[in-house]
Amino acid sequence: MTIKEVQDNIIEEFSLFDDWMDKYNLLIDMGRELPVIDPKYKVKDFLIEGCQSKVWLHPSYDGKLISFTADSDAIITRGIVALLIKVLSKRSPDEIIATDLYFIDKIGLRQNLSPTRSNGLLSMVRQMKLYAMAYNAKNK
Amino acid sequence: MRDIADIRADFPILSRKVYNKPLVYFDNGATTQKPQCVLDAVDEVYKSYNGNIHRGVHFLSDMSSEGYEGAREKVRSFINAGRKEEVIFTSGTTGSINGIAFSFGERYIKPGDEIILSRLEHHANIVPWQMMCQRKGAVLRVIPINDNGEIIPEDYHKLLSKKTKLVAVTQASNALGTVLPIKEIIEAAHSVDVPVLIDGAQGIQHGFVDVKALDSDFYVFSGHKIYGPAGIGILYGKEKWLSELDPFQGGGDMVDKVTFEKTTYNQLPFKFEAGTMNYPAAIGLATALDYVSGLGRENIAAREKELLLYATDRLSAIKGLKIYGTSGKKISTISFLLKDIHQYDTGMILDKMGIAVRTGTHCAQPVMDYYRIDGTVRASLCFYNTLEEIDSLAEGIEKVKSMFG
Repeated sequence: MTIKEVQDNIIEEFSLFDDWMDKYNLLIDMGRELPVIDPKYKVKDFLIEGCQSKVWLHPSYDGKLISFTADSDAIITRGIVALLIKVLSKRSPDEIIATDLYFIDKIGLRQNLSPTRSNGLLSMVRQMKLYAMAYNAKNK
Repeated sequence: MRDIADIRADFPILSRKVYNKPLVYFDNGATTQKPQCVLDAVDEVYKSYNGNIHRGVHFLSDMSSEGYEGAREKVRSFINAGRKEEVIFTSGTTGSINGIAFSFGERYIKPGDEIILSRLEHHANIVPWQMMCQRKGAVLRVIPINDNGEIIPEDYHKLLSKKTKLVAVTQASNALGTVLPIKEIIEAAHSVDVPVLIDGAQGIQHGFVDVKALDSDFYVFSGHKIYGPAGIGILYGKEKWLSELDPFQGGGDMVDKVTFEKTTYNQLPFKFEAGTMNYPAAIGLATALDYVSGLGRENIAAREKELLLYATDRLSAIKGLKIYGTSGKKISTISFLLKDIHQYDTGMILDKMGIAVRTGTHCAQPVMDYYRIDGTVRASLCFYNTLEEIDSLAEGIEKVKSMFG
């Protein structure tokens, strides 16, 4: 699936629910399904600044694609992390850098998460793109 | 006390909805809502008599200055200070403490001197002292707490020594709600000739403050936490200290004579009020204090005690909920955590139900470290809250449990 297709799928999934509680329940479920991160990466080096709850994000690069694993101590945050991983993991650095994450607005995440959360979400995206840029720079 | 529905009608924001649900505002420890009379008072300044204070020859400037000085007298009487020259306007509690920490440090502190704080302090009553200690080579000493979230008086007495130059403690913990025995703290410090600063940010809105009876050397608080506007605060200091201390800011209005060689300072209180002060907020604060006096401070204290007891009962009955801060003497603030549920998850879902609480460390990380937690959910109540709102919170918490359990 392309990044666009994955985003459109997420938008469709969230559009099934009108009530915000149901949307949160979906996020919570997604958080629970997030594959576990290797505990050795749950350290300060992989902790993302800007989140009020803790988020650990670990990248790995096989020369073509970047894979991310991540975790958070709060479940709703973990759901958001799971969404971002769905969209941005196992992609090339160029794809990650160029991606416009329109699904965040479309499913109402930006407005409906508190401002600090929203910042956390943006920090996560920024960190993923920074890793992609770093790997790209190494390639050149 | 007036009927609760009637009182709530004084606060326009309380009737609004968030996410189509009635607002339940339980974040009064962060800031309180404003009654219409305060909004009107500030509005009135800008609409009909705005002019910069203390410097004009014109009508509007005179009227603003009169309003501002009238506000100072209102504050004096509210805290029962001896003279209105002992009441300095600042930007807030943080501004007041930073100012005193600077001026006091410059005047009196030498390497090896000690400042005593408690473990319950807000960062605003830690960091300015830390900065001063770094500058002066002085040392912070900390009064420890017990599991109830109370300071341990015997340990405080042991900390007091010849090296102690100042004690700075909060009247009530913003994170846990504990009320500190400030009268005893002041008496003990005075018995060894050490002055005391009381951080009243979480105290003054919940009951009486009489700086004369307390014999407090400094008392500071914020306007926005006692139903007044943001951006105004108070630094009360005994005249003997304020006369000895040098200003913490320089600028216009605080001077007597300025040449490029030397400046002499204005008299109290003006020497501590450099530049244009937030006079509309000062006037709004005076109106807020009138409003509080109108409701009756003993009435407010009694009502908030009732709310605290009811909320403590309701929340304690919830399985898996742990309250942090279990002293018998508390303001109407309850900090808690649900077993295995992150405070942000709880806060986020409560928000969606229209219930405003605060989550996190509450700018009191040393308190969180004591309990080895990352933060709590804090419901801070005040007189305009209702028992029904507490029921909504309890129901909301059950909902959170069902979603994350």
